[in-house]
Amino acid sequence: MITFDYIKPSANKAAIDAIMKNQNAMFIAGGTNLVDLMKRGITTPEKLVDINNLPLKGVNKSNNILSIGALTLNSEVAEHETVVKQFPLLSMALKAGASPQIRNMATVGGNMMQRTRCPYFYDTSMPCNKRAPGTGCGALHGYNRMHAIFGMSEQCIAVHPSDMCVALVALDAVVTVSGPKGERKIPFASFHRLPGDHPEKDNTLEKGELITSVEIKENNFSKHAYYLKVRDRASYAFALVSVAAALDIQNNIIHDARLAMGGVAHKPWRLKAAENILKGKPATEASFRLAAQMAMQGAKAFEYNAFKLKLAPNSIIEALTLASKA
Amino acid sequence: MQPDQQPPCPHEENACDHKHDDRRTFLKKSSFLAAVALTPAPLIKAAEKKADEKIAAYFETVPVNLEINGKQHSLKVEPRTTLLDLLREQLDLTGTKKGCDWGQCGACTVHVNGKRVLSCLSLAVMQDGKKITTIEGLASGEQLHPMQEAFIKYDGFQCGYCTPGQIMSAVACVREGHAHSEDQIREYMSGNICRCGAYRNIVDAISEVNKGGQNI
Repeated sequence: MITFDYIKPSANKAAIDAIMKNQNAMFIAGGTNLVDLMKRGITTPEKLVDINNLPLKGVNKSNNILSIGALTLNSEVAEHETVVKQFPLLSMALKAGASPQIRNMATVGGNMMQRTRCPYFYDTSMPCNKRAPGTGCGALHGYNRMHAIFGMSEQCIAVHPSDMCVALVALDAVVTVSGPKGERKIPFASFHRLPGDHPEKDNTLEKGELITSVEIKENNFSKHAYYLKVRDRASYAFALVSVAAALDIQNNIIHDARLAMGGVAHKPWRLKAAENILKGKPATEASFRLAAQMAMQGAKAFEYNAFKLKLAPNSIIEALTLASKA
Repeated sequence: MQPDQQPPCPHEENACDHKHDDRRTFLKKSSFLAAVALTPAPLIKAAEKKADEKIAAYFETVPVNLEINGKQHSLKVEPRTTLLDLLREQLDLTGTKKGCDWGQCGACTVHVNGKRVLSCLSLAVMQDGKKITTIEGLASGEQLHPMQEAFIKYDGFQCGYCTPGQIMSAVACVREGHAHSEDQIREYMSGNICRCGAYRNIVDAISEVNKGGQNI
């Protein structure tokens, strides 16, 4: 690993200032992805700003809004009583991610900031526009089994690896960030971006901006929610396809629905058109099939990931079925 | 090799007091040579500018205070040193294993402030003031920890390389309350890979300790 300077400020402003002063400085929280990236020479910061002393920990609910501090551990959120009872989709998604050890280290903000697990991004001898802009995309005509079927560009076909983020986009979460120009709120669906011509940018954060919390409004999806993760082994593997499904069912009619997928795009993939089709329909397999059909419009596969075109709609039907029975 | 057949020590007199010294010194020296060969570009740039103080800064250490297995340590580490490397290379606590070194296998699992974490993805400098427990800290003197005894009883290992990580994870799994069924044990032990495939016996060992109900 390259050498770097290390500081541990105890105020948000000091942390942000430290990033603004050095072009190659980065925040570090849990380090579960960044330390790995640094070992492999993919990310080479000159300075690490350890934010673990900042007052950004804890889960609180007031005025019908759940607020999760950016430094709260994935395991703490997953096991938090309020989250388990009122936002089960988030708890299930977190428990589907990584391993108990990593969930004990990884923070909510860090989970959002993790990079893709595309093997071409990790192999510094291969071309990758995300790691080294302008070098090309190794996956486009390479071994692209894990890759995107929605929203990709010629520049990048990588997927976002998070499970937590799939649940958060489905629950219309809002990200609070603090930066050199003050605070702002970013709707979760606008936090991550599609690759376009700048796959090196995973999200819409600006230089020096620090995630401080994630907020979720109270909802009627606590009864019927399911996070389905399909992967190569039963646990501790990234998703081939995952589905966050939540339904508000009244008298067997779907009053409202939330649907999002992971493992299929450069960002957590919200399926609003499919949600709209479900509204007002009975909670039956026929309705779920219609939603899955709608969700797959515009999907495009590559040489090795065509299986996702079948796996994804089947997973949507399964997740909606399990959510409706939950 | 018998002790009396040991080759003459290549270093100065009395430098080979410990049986591992030769190998360790060699590894350390070769690591240093590798480090020089892999000197990062900024360092070369700094050297070109004859900015000697910058070179010194690159290898500067920072103080870190840790409680490891109940003992206080005041240490100096480079910021890039992982907790795993600190334990193994600086403190000779080699029970904690380096498997993948990329957070994929769980062999390096230790407890930090009571929580199981991966020491290979933890920077030592970030653990300042924390309490670390490694596999060496589980037993009470000659008395093995109940989980260590259960792993022996159920043959929960073959080659043994993943075992320290498995046992540290298993102790945490029971303490967390995630060992109530075989399925739950399998899910909550999924971060520890065993290439020999001793999973069946590991699950049995953890089940027994959990059913025993003793305070571990």
